[in-house]
Amino acid sequence: MNDVLTVRGLSVTVRDTALVSDVDLTVGAGERVGLIGESGSGKSLTALSILGLLPEDVRAGGSVRLDGVDHELVGADERRMSRVRGRDIAMVFQEPMTALNPTMRIGDQITESMLIHRSRTKAAARTAAADLLELVQLPTGTLRAYPHQLSGGQRQRVVLALALANDPALLICDEPTTALDVTVQALVLDLIVRGVVDRSSALLFITHDLAVVATVCERVLVMYGGRVVEAGPVNEVFTRPRHRYTEGLLAASDLESTSRRLTTIPGNVPPAGRFPSGCVFRTRCAHATALCEETPAWTGSETEGFACHHPAGVADA
Amino acid sequence: MKRLNPSLIAGGVIVAVIVLMALVSFVWTPYDATLVSPASRLLEPSWSHWFGTDKFGRDILSQIMVGSRTTLFVGVVAVGVAAVIGVPLGILAAMVRRWPSEVIMRANDLLLAFPALLLAIMFGAVFGASTLTAMIAIGIASVPSFARVIRSGALQVMRTEYVLAARAAGRQPFPIALRHVLPNVTSLITVQASVSFAIAVLAEAALSFLGYGTPPPTPSWGRMLQESQEFLFSAPRLAIFPGIAIAIAVLGFNLLGDGLRDRFDPKLEDRR
Amino acid sequence: MILRLIERTGVFLVSLVVSSVLVFAFMAVLPGDPARVALGVNASDEAVAELRRQFGLDRSLPTQYFDWLGGLLRGDLGTSYVSKAAIGPQVFDRLQVTLWLVVAGMIIALVVAAPAGTVMAARHRKISGLALSAFSQVGVAVPAFLAGILLIVVFAVRLGWLPANGWTPPAQDPAMFLKQLILPALSLGLVQGAVLTRYVRSAVLEVLREDYLRTARAKGLRPFQALWRHGLRNAAVPVVTVLGLQLATLLIGAVVVERVFVIPGLGSLLLDGVSNRDLLLVQDVVMVLVIAVLLVNFVVDLLYVALDPRLRTAS
Repeated sequence: MNDVLTVRGLSVTVRDTALVSDVDLTVGAGERVGLIGESGSGKSLTALSILGLLPEDVRAGGSVRLDGVDHELVGADERRMSRVRGRDIAMVFQEPMTALNPTMRIGDQITESMLIHRSRTKAAARTAAADLLELVQLPTGTLRAYPHQLSGGQRQRVVLALALANDPALLICDEPTTALDVTVQALVLDLIVRGVVDRSSALLFITHDLAVVATVCERVLVMYGGRVVEAGPVNEVFTRPRHRYTEGLLAASDLESTSRRLTTIPGNVPPAGRFPSGCVFRTRCAHATALCEETPAWTGSETEGFACHHPAGVADA
Repeated sequence: MKRLNPSLIAGGVIVAVIVLMALVSFVWTPYDATLVSPASRLLEPSWSHWFGTDKFGRDILSQIMVGSRTTLFVGVVAVGVAAVIGVPLGILAAMVRRWPSEVIMRANDLLLAFPALLLAIMFGAVFGASTLTAMIAIGIASVPSFARVIRSGALQVMRTEYVLAARAAGRQPFPIALRHVLPNVTSLITVQASVSFAIAVLAEAALSFLGYGTPPPTPSWGRMLQESQEFLFSAPRLAIFPGIAIAIAVLGFNLLGDGLRDRFDPKLEDRR
Repeated sequence: MILRLIERTGVFLVSLVVSSVLVFAFMAVLPGDPARVALGVNASDEAVAELRRQFGLDRSLPTQYFDWLGGLLRGDLGTSYVSKAAIGPQVFDRLQVTLWLVVAGMIIALVVAAPAGTVMAARHRKISGLALSAFSQVGVAVPAFLAGILLIVVFAVRLGWLPANGWTPPAQDPAMFLKQLILPALSLGLVQGAVLTRYVRSAVLEVLREDYLRTARAKGLRPFQALWRHGLRNAAVPVVTVLGLQLATLLIGAVVVERVFVIPGLGSLLLDGVSNRDLLLVQDVVMVLVIAVLLVNFVVDLLYVALDPRLRTAS
């Protein structure tokens, strides 16, 4: 089966500052991939550059290809990109409170994406919108509601519904549950997974929350300082991390909660463009040596590997 | 971080030039601005009369220089009247309880239904046209915008912790208004004053144009425009020079207001 | 929603009554004797007394006020102290002329401002946007009557394309009506357009930053499509506010522009009234203008509710 999304050597720059460098990323058909990292690691920018929705003065370079789309997405003009967006790739954003147009009824906002891509007639879109609402477990009456009449969790479900409207090959979710109450997070996650599984859509799930990745995704990429530092199956990466950053991240979030002490990674994430040369993590890494001033090469395969001079777990190997 | 603020600089320079022109006109003008000389009627611009002369043979440049005094004078008094009434009203509306505040703001809104020009014409009808009535009418008409802006600024100050602390410490409202609120809305007052000044200049010009502003022979840009009207076909320059003077003055005060606003609150403009 | 409508209507009606009291009080109480004013200082006391009796000025002020207000409600604006003619028909005639000017001016302002402001916002960092910004800044500084004079100089004097002044009712000669309407409407419209452009710009800039616009583009709408379908209505809310204020400015601006173009509108009637010391006429025209302004504000309030669904359910 073809890979849905193939990203090669993606870089994102604002003026002369590199925010994302040399990111490779592949998502197979129907695969659920997590993209994890602290804020400022460049994960949202990666998502936005796949969709071609970067802010005005931010530029993307490299290559982004989507299965079934015969042109390069990086640098494609608006006319071509607008045909891809909402049809082949759809996105759910972080902030549900502001993601919907306050002056438009929910129903119209959901049907709109079907109507502009002419995937359904007006009447069929109407029925489809009702079905989508049912899928995200909202009453049909919501069609006539305005966003301000809904809660944050309900709004995020609407955003999910309109993202799924055209059965996209790839759904990108950027921290979809971060702004929600803990009580509704699980429901929304469940709906996302069910939605993509039903449509055999692929999922690129961006978050800083390791627990969420563990429940939602099959494979995970860890980003730090605008680079992918480690990739692999979720079990593998979370139980046997290789990159020292992943190791630190796991210790800090402490999924097993064996120790009572709060572990943190020393130091702070540097501001954008102020990451060190060579290994981006070396200024915060306890294992860093002079060798780390050179950019570490990628070790392993395309889908599983890491970029570290002093990987963890070498001794047991 | 200091950023070059083109509006502020351009506005400041224009306003400074006008003020300078007005000051110079007290001690020197090329000719007596009110001197009627039938021999030199409607002269084209030349070395002796840079901007030419009008139908009475008066030098246009000298009139424009002296006219800037009228413009500034009217502006200063009108803005003064507006600020003296509007600022306390705005602060009061922010500090009193909901009900009286509502009444003040409603009255304020009502006054908005009487634009400067209409008010000035009414004043002119009742008290007779003069610079004084024009200034007061323009000033009163500018009160609502002052009160509105100051109220919203004062409301923000009233929610700050130092005001809450002062109130908790039992300070009386009046000292709070004077010591905390007023100093914190001065930037708003400055911006609003600049904007209102531009409006006052426009209103004075319109009033003088209609014949309800500064009476002759005191030169005024608006009246120069009115007098130019009968020569639009033969000597349109008579309209052009005072017209440009009015436009530049208004532009200057508007730019100054914009620039000041950016300076006091750089977030407002062009944040991404 | 119903509650809000009732509240707004109440505010409108109370404002009408209060402003009528203000106008009446200002004109009747402050200056002394309108009959004396109308006849001039040299009139004999008998003539003044006769005029006062004739027009009921010898009655108590409240009686006079309610008489005037009652007349207003019936559309009867009274009789001029000076010309002894009924004021109502005159005001009505002149109001139509002024409304043509104001409406045409408003349309021009909108036609100029909506695209210009949008382009300025969409390209606020590019040269074209900055150039338009500078241009509108200059436009704001030009008063309508000056714009009128400049337009006359260019289009009537230099080019001779359009008449410099005058007015023909549309029913009499539609072609001439249009020709004579163009310049005054332009001088009102262009200046207001420049002001409006700046508000459209900031409203659109505000909307461009909104998340829902990004959502719209993620659906597959192109930038201008997204702005058109999702931004327009949201940007309209602040613009409508300004539009309301501007209509008021236009009504008054028309007073001056009418003088420039020698147009027999409400403004010239007002100015004639002032110079003839016809106080009741002035009082009526002022009241009509104030009613118009308040009416516009009222309509703007209702438009808010139509535009923003959040206001419909607000408690």
